[in-house]
Amino acid sequence: MNWGSASAFFEMGGYGLYVWGSYVVTALLMTLEPWLVHRRQRRSLRDAARLNPGNEAES
Amino acid sequence: MNSPPLRLYTFAAPSRFYQLAGWLVPWFWVATVALTVAGLYIGFFIAPTDATQGEAYRIIFIHVPAAWMSMLLYLVMAFWAGIGWAFKARLASMVARAIAPTGAMFTFLALWTGAIWGKPTWGTWWVWDARLTSELILLFLYLGYIALVNAIDDVRRADQAGALLALVGSVNVPIIYFSVKWWNTLHQGATISMTAAPKMASTMLTAMLLMTLAFWAYAFAVVFTRTRAIVVEREAHAGWVAELAGGRMRP
Repeated sequence: MNWGSASAFFEMGGYGLYVWGSYVVTALLMTLEPWLVHRRQRRSLRDAARLNPGNEAES
Repeated sequence: MNSPPLRLYTFAAPSRFYQLAGWLVPWFWVATVALTVAGLYIGFFIAPTDATQGEAYRIIFIHVPAAWMSMLLYLVMAFWAGIGWAFKARLASMVARAIAPTGAMFTFLALWTGAIWGKPTWGTWWVWDARLTSELILLFLYLGYIALVNAIDDVRRADQAGALLALVGSVNVPIIYFSVKWWNTLHQGATISMTAAPKMASTMLTAMLLMTLAFWAYAFAVVFTRTRAIVVEREAHAGWVAELAGGRMRP
């Protein structure tokens, strides 16, 4: 185990801002992109349903 | 409704891909989460502190995988764009389009984490050296590809123009990769070499490779989902999509 305490973990030997600045942005983008993609996937099905009436698919 | 004529590559393949990808995506998410947890656990709790860089080196566990993905995804994108162009394989062009945003995101992350890593180790966020500049050009190539294929209304034409840009731009990838050898750059040499023993502790290497696999699984999950969306958007009038959408929308 590298860290004596939680605060030592967050301090990262004085590099906390750099290390967490990298990881937080990475985590944000890698959460945002899947969310946007799933939204697009759902929207594509909704639009396809609207384009194809007669499939009891009115929204 | 009228079904378009059944042609290999134009209709049957996307519908089959749609189903296969839908089945695979959840498993890629499971792999992404499991590999990330394992990689970060080893990276933060088992891998030792670096003798020269202290804890700042722990950025490597996302920086190197993101940089690898940025180059790999570009080549994969150019490959499928080229296949789509040469063989009129529509699914291939859709996959190429689906890869671009994810590749651009990884390129941005490689630059972002690199800048943040550069500040404490080099004393600067950015230098115009060969490695950093060519990686920045890669970001512009991705953005240019995305802008180009979205600017042209005729889908076929857009795919062809995109393929041309992607293929020409792919010369940049070996330039990025070998830039640290060809020029005297501030950026350090390759972390992993096929010919030499790794110059890092094995736990560090394990964490980095696990994170690389996690990013691979992530890329598959996101790109497959985006391809599915593009397939539905483009084939909205095809019989199978109508059935699919109808089935989804039934209360």
